[in-house]
Order: sequence, then C-alpha cells, then structure tokens
Amino acid sequence: MAAGRTSEGRIARAALLSVAMVFLALFLLLPLVSVFVEALKGGVGVYVESVTQPDAIAAIKLTLLVAAIAVPVNVAFGLAAAWAIAKFDFPGKSILITFIDLPFSVSPVVSGLIYVLLFGAQGWFGEWLAANDVDIIFAVPGIVLATIFVTFPFVARELIPLMTEQGRGDEEAAVSLGASGWQAFWHVTLPNIRWGLLYGVLLCNARAMGEFGAVSVVSGHIRGRTNTMPLHVEILYNEYNFAAAFAVASLLALLALLTLVLKSALEWRYGYHGKGGGH
Amino acid sequence: MSIAVDNVVKRFGNFAALNGVSLEAKPGEFLALLGPSGSGKTTLLRIMAGLEFPDSGSVLFEGRDVTGLGVRDRRIGFVFQHYALFPHMNVADNVAFGLTVKRRRERPKRDEIRRRAQELLELVQLGPLGKRYPAQLSGGQRQRVALARALAVDPKLLLLDEPFGALDAKVRKELRRWLRDLHDRMGLTSVFVTHDQEEALELADRVVVMDHGLIEQVAGPQIIYDEPATAFVYDFVGDSNRIPVTVDGGRVLFAGEALDVAVEPAPDGPALLYFRPHDAALVDEGSAGALPMQICQAIHLGGATRIEGNIPGVDPLIDVRIPGRDVPPAGRAAGLKLLRARLFPAAGEES
Repeated sequence: MAAGRTSEGRIARAALLSVAMVFLALFLLLPLVSVFVEALKGGVGVYVESVTQPDAIAAIKLTLLVAAIAVPVNVAFGLAAAWAIAKFDFPGKSILITFIDLPFSVSPVVSGLIYVLLFGAQGWFGEWLAANDVDIIFAVPGIVLATIFVTFPFVARELIPLMTEQGRGDEEAAVSLGASGWQAFWHVTLPNIRWGLLYGVLLCNARAMGEFGAVSVVSGHIRGRTNTMPLHVEILYNEYNFAAAFAVASLLALLALLTLVLKSALEWRYGYHGKGGGH
Repeated sequence: MSIAVDNVVKRFGNFAALNGVSLEAKPGEFLALLGPSGSGKTTLLRIMAGLEFPDSGSVLFEGRDVTGLGVRDRRIGFVFQHYALFPHMNVADNVAFGLTVKRRRERPKRDEIRRRAQELLELVQLGPLGKRYPAQLSGGQRQRVALARALAVDPKLLLLDEPFGALDAKVRKELRRWLRDLHDRMGLTSVFVTHDQEEALELADRVVVMDHGLIEQVAGPQIIYDEPATAFVYDFVGDSNRIPVTVDGGRVLFAGEALDVAVEPAPDGPALLYFRPHDAALVDEGSAGALPMQICQAIHLGGATRIEGNIPGVDPLIDVRIPGRDVPPAGRAAGLKLLRARLFPAAGEES
C-alpha cells in the first residue's frame, strides 16, 4: 500500500517535471537559442557589422537612454505609491491601486495612441506645443513618456504586497527610537524591501528596453533618431535583413539574460540574512 | 516621570476606541492596562506614546502638554507586541539603533555606542549574542533584545504593548519577574497592556480595567479582585458566578426566598449577585438563606474539591471550590451558602 503510493507519487512527479521541462524547452529555450543561431548565421563579421552600424548604435543608445529615464522615475513613483498604500489609510486607496494596474490591462498600442491624442499635431495640446516649438510625438520625449506609462506598475506591484505584509511596526519602532522619517526609510524600510525592489527594477528595466507597441505608435520610426532597439529589429526584419535583425535582437536577449544573472548573483551574494526582507 | 491623559477621545471611522479616558501614572509606578480585545487599551498606550493622536483630550508628561508631539520627540521607550526587531541588523546593531540615529552633535562616538549596546545586552542577560540575527533567537530572547533596544535611549517612561503575549507560559513567568525587577532598579515609570489578568495582578502596582473605550476601575490588584467596582470587572478579573436576584427593602431574594448574605445596600429591583468559587460553602438541602443546588459533578483537586452545580433558573452551571477532601456524590441535592458576594444593578448587564 505504502510502496504503491510512493511509486505513484514518483511517477506523477516525473510526469509533472517532464511536462514543465518540455514546455520550457519548447517555448522559451528554443526561441532563445534560435535568436542566437540566426544572428550568427552569416558569420561573426556580419554580426559585428550589424550591431555597429550607425543606425543600430543610435537605436542602442536611445534604448539605454529611455530605460535610464523611465526606470528611476518608476522606482520613485513605485516606492511612493507602495509606501502610501501599504502604510497609510486614505480615501481613494482602492482607486489608486486600480489605476496602478491600468497599464497592464490596456493594450500598449492604446497607451501609445493616448499620447498621440494628447500631444499629437491634432491632439489636445498639439497646437500649443507646435506654437512653443516642443516636440513630444515622433520624438524622444514621447518615447520616454510612453515607456514610463507602460512600465509603471512593475515596481509598485512588486512592493505593495511586500510592504503591506510587513506593516508599519518596524518603522514605528525606528521612529520611537528617535529616527527621522528619512532615517527610518533608509535604515529600516529599504533593507526590508530590497529584494522586492531589485526584482521590480529588473522587470521594469527589461520591459522598458523591450517595449514595442506603445513606443511604435509615438516614435515615428525615424532611423537614427527615434528608433529604439525593438523598432530597429522590426525595420530590419521587414527589409528581409534577417541576419542583422537577429543580431540586434540577440543584444536585447543578452540584456535580458544579463539582468537575470545579475539578480541571481545579487541574491546569492547577499541573500543569507532576512531573505526577501521577511521577518 | 509622571504621565497623565486627560479626557481622551479617539474614533476610528465609526468605531469609538476611547470614549473620554483620564488616567495618571505616578513617577516610578508600574501600571497595567487590562481589558478584552477592542476595549481600547492598546489605543490608549499608543496615544501615550505618540503613535496615535487623540481626537480630543490631552497627554501630559510631568504636567507638560505633549499631545501634539510625535513619538520621536517624546523620548519614551516602546516595546512592540511582536518586538519589531530589524531583521537585517544583528542584535548589537538593533540595540544600538537609537544611539546611531541621533543627530551628529548628540551622537556618542562609535566605540562608546558599541560599549553601551554591550552594557545593555549584559543587562538583559544576552551578553554573548550580539552578533546573532533576530531570526536566530528564541521568543524570550527577542523580547529582551526589544527591551534593551528601547532602553538604549535612556527613556524615563517605558510603554509595553502585550509584552509577553507571544511567549509560552514558562518563559512568560520568568520574564515577568525579571521585568518588574528591572523596572524597580532603573527607576522607570512603566505602562503595559495585557489581556491576561494574572499578569496584570502579579506585575502591576495598579491595574486599569478597561471595556468599550472606558475605564471601569483603577485600583491595586488586591482591590480589583476583592472589591470590583462594576459587574464587568467582577466578571473579567478572576473566576466568578452570577445569580439573578431581586432586591426588596435591603433583602436579597432568589426565587422569592431571602438569601443569607451580607452585601452593600442596593436599590430595589432586579440585580445580579456575583461570588467567587471559593466564597461559598455546602450546607444541607433546604437550609434557610442558602441557594438550592443540585451537584452535577465533583472533582477532588488536592486539598480542595471543585463542584459544578445546577441552580434552577440559573445558566450556566455554578462553579464552587470547597476546602477538604469530602467529595459529595453527583446528583445529590444540597444548599449553597454564600460567604461573600457583591451586588450589581441588573441594568449594567449586557450579554
């Protein structure tokens, strides 16, 4: 009886494990490998040429710039929102939570269109912007705005449950011992949420660099000026320049892998005490 | 240092946590706030600390109004129910926290801070554990770290929220005595919240019994137990039995028969008679002035006998403790004579 049950358990476990593994290989590993295979098909020379071509360099620079603006902005916003929601009660709290989720539930294309509607030539503020010589749509500010919009739930979403669970006790203790609000945040809150925050930042960064839909609508696809890496990949692909398209795509994939490795390494290095900031 | 609250009112939405509470702790006093959950005791403590602010009323430290000051500026020691130790800091850093966050001008040198933290750890008998992390300590040890941390800033007033609530019974008893000793040695004024009456009666100089956001009684432990001011206090502190009676011209009537019991004078009308399990004696069935009771169960508990009895018209069963080893058989009818009891008007009765 008991033996039968354990062998049954073993079979079930093996079955579940192999389903998960096959799924992982088929839908994640295979495409990832194929990106690198395709990228290197024409040889290393073509690869290097594709990623060092001026338009490609411009796209890489723009992508990094956009992420460098969007991520810090969303870290600040996410921290503030999570702090407010987790540590205080105020009217409209549930509305705020709903709004934070909005970018997840709205198609990125729609997010982009919203900005065209607001700041485009025919948009609400279009005339005023044109009169004052401010470019937003089909320019870098529009891309940054759209990226911020699309990525803003990542940090907040990661932190809200964590900070809610941790409650106010630690901060109250810190302040009762004479700490200022800033000291309590720096010495107590931040260490408690560091892993959640890091994870949110990495996800936010990955999405900021990889965002296609919203950015595509507001960018205008001006080569060397308003093309981010994903847009550049699409253009190359549409021109049947597969080797170059996959070469740039492989850079994006590498960035994603790098963030994952970075996260694991940091967790491994510092993860011993207070894992996940738990009590 | 003395602390007083004056006519403090606090509401959370529709819930009235405190309905006008006034209280004073004298310098050096150890005060217990005792009550069921929802009685407002924790809210009162948090208002004393400056973690909550009253809707009206004031908080005074040595006569100085501190109502508007936050917890940071009140310079009190606060021990949280679940300790709130910082999980990423080791024990020594936890204890030193209050010193390390001081403004640069007031902050002691690094060596001095370390020495002081070690001193406090010795004081709470955790000298060798400075390098451990909170997660590596037992509940009782964490509690003592929390206390050492609160004492690091040299408070004159120590506030403790259910300080022993999360500990097992044995550790709790040890810590109680130790805390009382520490309080006396350091000349602190302390206020602690508890729902455990035994803890309150054993530890405190005076016990503040609270219910529904009001203070029911403030008195020494002996008086709280022997002379409860209200039916609620009688019920909440210690074991008790309750008999519905009628007062008529100074006589206490049960089922039309006058009871032979000495009580404070009470107005005519329905009333409730309370007595402790050990304040009754068994007499023969039908004795004048005794309650008619049928014995349901009798258990001998070394030196005393515990009897559960049924009195017609009284719910639940009556619980009495009779000295001696004679265990009467279950089912026997007997009389119950009350040696000591208190009478409260039935109007104050709710549940």
